[in-house]
Amino acid sequence: MARIRFENLRKAFKDVVVIPRLELTIHEGEFFTFVGPSGCGKSTILNIIAGLEPATEGKIYFDDKVVNDLSPKERDVAMVFQSYALYPHMTVYENMAFPLKMKKTPKKIIEGDVERVASIIGLKELLQRRPKELSGGQRQRVALGRAIIRKPKVFLMDEPLSNLDARLRVEMRAELKRLHQGLRITTVYVTHDQAEAMSLSDRLAILNRGEIQQCGTPMEIYQKPLNIFVAGFIGSPPMNFFRCAVKRHQPLEIDLNGFNLSPCVESMPQGDSVVAGIRPEDIIVSEQRIEKDIEDTGNVELVEPVGSFSWVDVRWGGIKARGILDVKEKPAIGGHVMIRVKKDKVFLFDPDSGRRL
Amino acid sequence: MNPKFKVVGLYLLLALTILYCSGPLLWQFITSLKPDAEIVRIPPLLPQNTTVDHYVSIFKGHPFLRIILNSAVVAASTTLLSLIIGSLAAFGLARLNIRYKALILGFVLSVSMFPPIATVSPLYLIIRALGLRDTWWALIITYTTFSLPLAIWILTNFFREIPDEIYRAARVDGCSPFQAFYKIILPLSAPGVFATAVLVFIFSWNEFLFALTFTSTTASRTIPVGIALFPGLHEVPWGDIAAASVVVTIPLIVLIFAFQRRIIEGLTAGAVKG
Ligand SMILES: Nc1ncnc2c1ncn2[C@@H]1O[C@H](COP(=O)(O)OP(=O)(O)OP(=O)(O)O)[C@@H](O)[C@H]1O
Ligand SMILES: [Mg+2]
Repeated sequence: MARIRFENLRKAFKDVVVIPRLELTIHEGEFFTFVGPSGCGKSTILNIIAGLEPATEGKIYFDDKVVNDLSPKERDVAMVFQSYALYPHMTVYENMAFPLKMKKTPKKIIEGDVERVASIIGLKELLQRRPKELSGGQRQRVALGRAIIRKPKVFLMDEPLSNLDARLRVEMRAELKRLHQGLRITTVYVTHDQAEAMSLSDRLAILNRGEIQQCGTPMEIYQKPLNIFVAGFIGSPPMNFFRCAVKRHQPLEIDLNGFNLSPCVESMPQGDSVVAGIRPEDIIVSEQRIEKDIEDTGNVELVEPVGSFSWVDVRWGGIKARGILDVKEKPAIGGHVMIRVKKDKVFLFDPDSGRRL
Repeated sequence: MNPKFKVVGLYLLLALTILYCSGPLLWQFITSLKPDAEIVRIPPLLPQNTTVDHYVSIFKGHPFLRIILNSAVVAASTTLLSLIIGSLAAFGLARLNIRYKALILGFVLSVSMFPPIATVSPLYLIIRALGLRDTWWALIITYTTFSLPLAIWILTNFFREIPDEIYRAARVDGCSPFQAFYKIILPLSAPGVFATAVLVFIFSWNEFLFALTFTSTTASRTIPVGIALFPGLHEVPWGDIAAASVVVTIPLIVLIFAFQRRIIEGLTAGAVKG
């Protein structure tokens, strides 16, 4: 268990700067997640923590000790690699036993541990197979097993559940959570999956081009995104953004597609236009009229049922928006519907800097 | 075109290629079975009265077994030494943080570009100064020097093919770089290691110029030199030479067939996604 602290960390491959400046503390025992688009530097950060890539500048601390010059072994981290990185010439059993063997663990204990982990990841029957005889999802679980068989100072997991089917993913997610709650080992996690990030993490950081856009608890980030990037990245399907003209500054009044709206803001917009962000779940589409908040009409373009409700794309005046629809309603494509926006759920952003107002 | 026609054509071409490649060897084999009187005459193309006399005579008349032993020891030692030094160098060049890798590889390659005939006399002086004339070591050291570039190049490429993350996983799982090398990288490159071993072995087994220069007695004389110096009474003993050539080719053929599967085998399948 360790607290991980980055001090003024910079990482460049030759001339390409991947992480300009990282200043962050991951608390002891915390489940910390990095999310961000492909190529933003998530794997690079994990590699730097593991000691597989040197930092170009700056320091990394485990607790109060600088670990920049320590080997991966000395840092005592376990890692799940994005590409699994199983040892092809070893069986599943040997793959999972390998880290214990390297620590000269007695054979009896290794056997017991492999047995225990194999049942967690559900691969008890496949212990004698080689990686090439496994499916992608099975391989990924072996990679996970090889990491969690140890009790390291830090777990590093690079999209460890990305290749599992939906049901297995939810199961393994629960296992990871249980594991973390039992051991309280500091875990640094990378994922593309919103739900995974939200449900597992104590805190998460949204990365873009190697820079942290926002760092906080899942709820903080969901409810108070600091900028357009974070707002667009967290939440699925992504938030709708509309360009709006500012009609009046004191008190603030904007024109959202023909509606006059006065949302609460923390700071006043500078120019005469703003970007309004509304999550799809806050745009309610219905064939019936509901007298509440603002309401307008539009035309249905696409309906995507997801089970207990449907997502619906509507053409609303000159713009396109995604909203939510009750399952019982089945409007025809092109049909007329009422659109209602939850007024208190509208975010405003500065169009130039992207910052939330 | 008619697909049947295509298949026939393919096999015809294949047969021609095989005949072209194995022709000299076949001719040697046929010659080795002919009695002396038939050897320098055509016809007959095939021996009329086959004989194994030549095979008997090479083992009777000459210290042929000793020569084979010399070759075996020299070739095996060269192979082992080249693999040890070559794989360590290749590992460094493929995986570790070393600057000027391309430059080093180019320099290594340039070593093998000197024609042997140009280096043979200075090397002879060195060997003599070291007091290694007519010993196994004279050949082992020389051959290792000349086969290392090949070994390093082949192995570097094989090591590079192994996904970086496998090496990294080994490091995270508690291996030092050297442990990761011999526990993970080396077993995974088995096909490359075998290919290198076979090539180096064949090179050492067949080398003539250095062997001729550095050896003087059967204490260290190797097969190619031994065969070339087969004493004939009045004329060149073509029959014996052919028989000897056939005998010493057999180990190579066995070696290649034994390792063929290992060389082709794609061990890394399933290591990473996809
Ligand atoms: N060895 C390297 N040499 C040069 N550039 C590299 C190297 N490794 C990574 N990069 C670059 O660094 C950036 C970050 O890569 P990284 O693998 O950390 O992305 P990521 O956030 O993990 O992406 P993904 O979600 O696709 O896995 C990328 O632009 C990549 O091209
Ligand atoms: Mg990555």
